[in-house]
This record gives sequence, structure tokens and C-alpha cells, in this order.
Amino acid sequence: MAFTLYSLLQAALLCVNAIAVLHEERFLKNIGWGTDQGIGGFGEEPGIKSQLTNLIRSVRTVMRVPLIIVNSVAIVLLLLFG
Amino acid sequence: MADPHQLFDDTSSAQSRGFGAQRGPGGLGYPAAAASPQEAFLADPVSNMAMAYGSSLAAQGKELVDKNDWEVQYQQDTPVAPRFDINAPDLYIPAMAFITYILVAGLALGTQDRFSPDLLGLQASSALAWLTLEVLAILLSLYLLTVNTDLTTIDLVAFLGYKYVGMIGGVLMGLLFGKIGYYLVLGWCCVSIFVFMIRTLRLKILAEAAAQGVPVRGARNQLRMYLTMAVAAAQPLLMYWLTFHLVR
Repeated sequence: MAFTLYSLLQAALLCVNAIAVLHEERFLKNIGWGTDQGIGGFGEEPGIKSQLTNLIRSVRTVMRVPLIIVNSVAIVLLLLFG
Repeated sequence: MADPHQLFDDTSSAQSRGFGAQRGPGGLGYPAAAASPQEAFLADPVSNMAMAYGSSLAAQGKELVDKNDWEVQYQQDTPVAPRFDINAPDLYIPAMAFITYILVAGLALGTQDRFSPDLLGLQASSALAWLTLEVLAILLSLYLLTVNTDLTTIDLVAFLGYKYVGMIGGVLMGLLFGKIGYYLVLGWCCVSIFVFMIRTLRLKILAEAAAQGVPVRGARNQLRMYLTMAVAAAQPLLMYWLTFHLVR
């Protein structure tokens, strides 16, 4: 039962980092998940793929600066305390 | 001259000012009492004016407060508070059940000589982490499926906290009657919470379809039904996962 809140925080930080490193031009466009591809019209249902694309773009935009701070803190703490 | 029911001297009226002014000339031989610093304070013309201004401001404020209607207004389409609707979710049972689960887990560990105080914190942390993970997963699924629902995050936490009740029952029966009792009670609680979640979430997530009573058709409704079933199925799994190590 080693699933603690701290490990949840670690997992969340790693997941957000993973989303942040997905490059728009080099990667997402090549697999069709770019933000200007396929966002068609003002239909009623956006569909799962465009929701995911929007989510990835939003996370990358919003979390860019906080991630720098949190990653620096994590690096310093891990260096000091292992 | 003062009202016998008054709790304190009313210094805002002109009455005490006149009282102080009367005493003023004969104040030399007058023993130091509560009236004399008051009269000295009020005799100063600047503080006289300040007091008059302050009392007029207070009177205006009182008028304003009495004039407006300060009753809380409830909108038509928001869910009513749990005080008025007995079926509305509230966090009382989940919070109490969570704390009781931690205590019962400590009790169960103690009867097996496996208890140590930091294990309580570990159990609490683990259960909270699973709850957080569940809430985040459901919120993500609701966002991806563009479900327009009035299910707030706190409502979700409340619904997901109801499983602790079954867990407590199962562990207590397991302590009293061994593994057979544990499996029987846990099985019954799992089935009941499965049915409860399906019924409740169907109303919230599949709002339009459920309201008309029609069978679920179409890709969108099908996905929502799958989400409801997945959430409901996760509850018995988590109930078992969080308690099986407590009953030997």
C-alpha cells in the first residue's frame, strides 16, 4: 500500500512534464494532433480528439512558466535530499 | 433620567452633553468619576463636531441597511441545498466514513499485531490518493466527452466517498466472523453501491436520455453510458483493494 499522496504528486508532475515536451511543429502536426488541424466549424459536438488537442494546447500554454518553477524546486530538493 | 433597561450609558444623545456642561462650572470639587473625562472629552469643540458627524453617518448607514432586502436568493435551476432535499449529496457521510475507515483499519491491524502509528497515516494517505485519482479521472472523462452536467467537483467527491461505508461494514464483519463474513458483507455492499452509482450518475450524466426514459442510443449516449458503468464498476474494485489486506 505504498500509494501515497506524495507519489501522486510525483506522478502528476511527471505527466505534466510529459505533456509539456510534446512539440507542436515537429510532432503533433505529424500525427494529426496539431491545433489548427481538424477543428471544424461550430458544430455541436467537438469530439474526443479535438477536446484532447485543445487540452494539450491549453496545458502547454498555461503550465509553461509554473513548470519551470516547480521543476527547479524539485531538482534542488532532490539534489539536496535524495 | 436614564432608561432602567439600558445596558450602558448612551453617549450619543445630547442629554449627556448637557449633563456634562451643567457639571462643568462646579467641577473643581467634584470627585473624579466616569462622567468627568467624558465631559472633558465632549467639551472640546472639535470632538463635538466629530461626534455629531459620526452619529449622522451611523444613522444613514442604519437606514440603508434597513431599506434593502438582504435575503439570499436561490436561482431556479441550481440544485437545492441538502437541507431541503434529503437526496442531495453532502460531505457528512463521506467525511465521517473516511475517518471511521482509518480507525477501523487501525483496529484491524492491531488485532493482527501489525499496528504501528505511522501505518494509520499511510492508510489515510493511500485512501485519499485513490480518491483524488478517481476524481481527476472522472473529471477528465467528463471533459473529453463534453458532458454538460450540473455535477460539481464537490458532488463527485461526495458520491465517491459513499463507498467507505461499505468498506467499514466489510472490515468490521471480517473482524467478527472471519473471511466468510467479510466477503458476504463486502459483496452485498459492492452490489448496492454499484446500483446506487448507476442510478445516480445516470440522472446526472445522461440527463436528457434519462429524463425521457428512452433507451440509450447513439454514439454519444453510448459513450456516456460506458463512463457511468466504468465509474460504478470502479467502486467495488476499490472497495476490495483498500480492505483485503486488513482482513486475514
